[in-house]
Amino acid sequence: MANHNPPPTAYVNAHLLDPDSGLDQAGALLTDGERIADLGPNLFGDGVPDGVAVVDCEGHYLCPGLVDMHVHLREPGHEHKETIATGCAAAAAGGVTSMACMPNTMPVIDDVALIEFIQRRAREAASVKVYPFAAVTRGLEGKQITEMGMLAEAGAVGFTDDGLPIADSLVMRRALSYASTFGLLISQHAEDLSLSGCGCMAEGEVATRLGLPGIPEVSEVVVVERDLRLVELTGGRYHVAHISTSEGIEAVRKAKARGLAVSCEAAPHHFTLTDDAVGDYRTYAKMAPPLRSEANRQAVVAGLKDGTIDAIATDHAPHDQESKRVTMAHAANGVVGLETMLALALELYHQGEIPLLDVLQRMTVGPADLLALPAGRLKRGAPADLLLFDAALPWQIDNDRFHSKSRNSPFDGREVRGRALRTVVDGRTVYTYDA
Amino acid sequence: MILMQPIPLPSTFVHRHLLGIEGLSPEEIAILLELAESYVALNREAQKKRDVLRGRTLILLFFETSTRTRTSFELAGKRLGADVINISVATSAIKKGETLIDTAMTLNAMRPDVLVVRHPDAGAVTLLSNHVNCAVINAGDGSHEHPTQAFVDALTIRRRRGDLRGLSVAICGDVMHSRVARSNIHLLNAMGARVRLVAPPTLLPTAIERMGVEIFHDMRAGLEDCDIIMMLRLQSERMQGTYVPSTREYFHFFGLDKEKLSVAKPDALIMHPGPMNRGVEIDSAVADDITRSVILDQVELGLAVRQACLDILGRNAPALPSAY
Repeated sequence: MANHNPPPTAYVNAHLLDPDSGLDQAGALLTDGERIADLGPNLFGDGVPDGVAVVDCEGHYLCPGLVDMHVHLREPGHEHKETIATGCAAAAAGGVTSMACMPNTMPVIDDVALIEFIQRRAREAASVKVYPFAAVTRGLEGKQITEMGMLAEAGAVGFTDDGLPIADSLVMRRALSYASTFGLLISQHAEDLSLSGCGCMAEGEVATRLGLPGIPEVSEVVVVERDLRLVELTGGRYHVAHISTSEGIEAVRKAKARGLAVSCEAAPHHFTLTDDAVGDYRTYAKMAPPLRSEANRQAVVAGLKDGTIDAIATDHAPHDQESKRVTMAHAANGVVGLETMLALALELYHQGEIPLLDVLQRMTVGPADLLALPAGRLKRGAPADLLLFDAALPWQIDNDRFHSKSRNSPFDGREVRGRALRTVVDGRTVYTYDA
Repeated sequence: MILMQPIPLPSTFVHRHLLGIEGLSPEEIAILLELAESYVALNREAQKKRDVLRGRTLILLFFETSTRTRTSFELAGKRLGADVINISVATSAIKKGETLIDTAMTLNAMRPDVLVVRHPDAGAVTLLSNHVNCAVINAGDGSHEHPTQAFVDALTIRRRRGDLRGLSVAICGDVMHSRVARSNIHLLNAMGARVRLVAPPTLLPTAIERMGVEIFHDMRAGLEDCDIIMMLRLQSERMQGTYVPSTREYFHFFGLDKEKLSVAKPDALIMHPGPMNRGVEIDSAVADDITRSVILDQVELGLAVRQACLDILGRNAPALPSAY
């Protein structure tokens, strides 16, 4: 971040929302440079003191900046798809103030020096906070575990071979077991690749009509269930990335009830779309795990509602046009998501599925606590990472207007409501909506 | 003599491309079959040539090997007076698809009128059709559709049975990987036939029953009293492994022989889109039984169907003069 301290700022005429404390009322918030100095309904009853900058929130919601615990920033190695700087710009435009990036870059983030590289590039971008995940195994090869303790000391907030599952049960057992030495989180891309075969969308009626090989639900479920056994054995902390099946979610629900240190996240496309979105071979709707049936979509909504799913995370996966302008079989997996997460998550609120504070909880304190990030709360002394948003503002998603370097969103043209008006990181405004 | 007048045709076939049977109405299917019927007659005359596509360019773009489909499209184009270009794109497995749009745009710049495409990936022909100005005919895309083969099969059945309505048709074998099966299921259902599928579960895709078919895992049960038997080719790479354990076991349970055939109607027709694996999915004695097998009819009618498809799309092609 830049060196100069931002001036004390009063956010007046706001509707304060803090999922952690349950705060949900009109009020104001005062920052003292980079931190929240005070907040409440009666703040500035006697007027804003002299020398304090004023932001009039015009009655809109002011909440903690969003935390996205699963993004691919593509740097180093695939800078033609995204860079840390463009990813930060996309995050800021989406109201995200902290994000955790995945280690499946080129080279793989499996060494302390690479953690430091990510941190330096994020500092240079001087925008949103970037927290790296490190790989569980060197080179994502699924064989030899990384120096998890040292990587964590250097700043890795979690460990994952995301993009690839840890297939070998013994490696997974040892990874969970070793990580438990330091209380580190292992996030799994839960997929049995042999069951997925050459599948390029969810197995089912749509795939059958299109003549495409399908990925069965059981491909996720068997890995989740195996891993939960290993968690029970090792006492490790385990997280299922982008969970997408009804039975996978149910397995996590039961594991939580048994008291295991288990969590999971879901991506917006898995609670808003089904495999119907593949339509006529739309490669923008190809991702891993794939869009699945309506019953699975509803299970993701239910999991978010009852808290089985701890976090909404985008799995922001930028791809250049050439990776997508091919047949389904050859198209790259992934969708960009940072700039659409808020509006898509708010659909859950607008549809009456989940209360607003709960929707925000899954995008703020929920993921922040899983990764032990200093983020996700409106409270005195916390970093002034803020999101000012209009929950009702209607707009149409337009891929061509993304700040991300890539355009691969299946939501192009979708009419949505709610967007970030202002994004603040450590007291500095990094984005303002220009209608 | 070169015939100048096109065959009269109700103007209700309005599609620019022929990418699949799915989405075609029964009326449109009937129109195409009628037109194909008239080409059957024409092809049996001494003067087979017409000039309905004179001056037009037809490009056959095949990313997979093909004998009968490509030959029949080529011959069909020539009999209609088009200039026909044949392109076989030899590609490594990795390059397939990646060069598709570039290839399409390159060919498009040569202003062809009709592009006939076969590709190993489902959806490849649809993708390509979005990047060209000409009419596109799907000559088979992965396991998706092979619409002209379904027209061939329908025409074959119609000529033998008069009508498709009410017939029981058993499609047997590797439905999972078969574009012919999918196109036939759409067409037969649209035209009022009843479709059964007979295969081990490993060769049936998930939820295929939702496409309006009845599923059997036993040949005798599946063939009982059926009117038409369509055998599918079992690709050699799938004959051993986890789809079926061996050719021998497959033939024993799912190969069509006289004994299994005996439960079908006495006059049940035997069809196969070719090329056949004798002794794998079909016994030679059955395949060569001229009283039952219509496999060579299918080849002959293939030409007429492709003439009809080229003719009908040629009429709709934007480049054609309005007077036509």
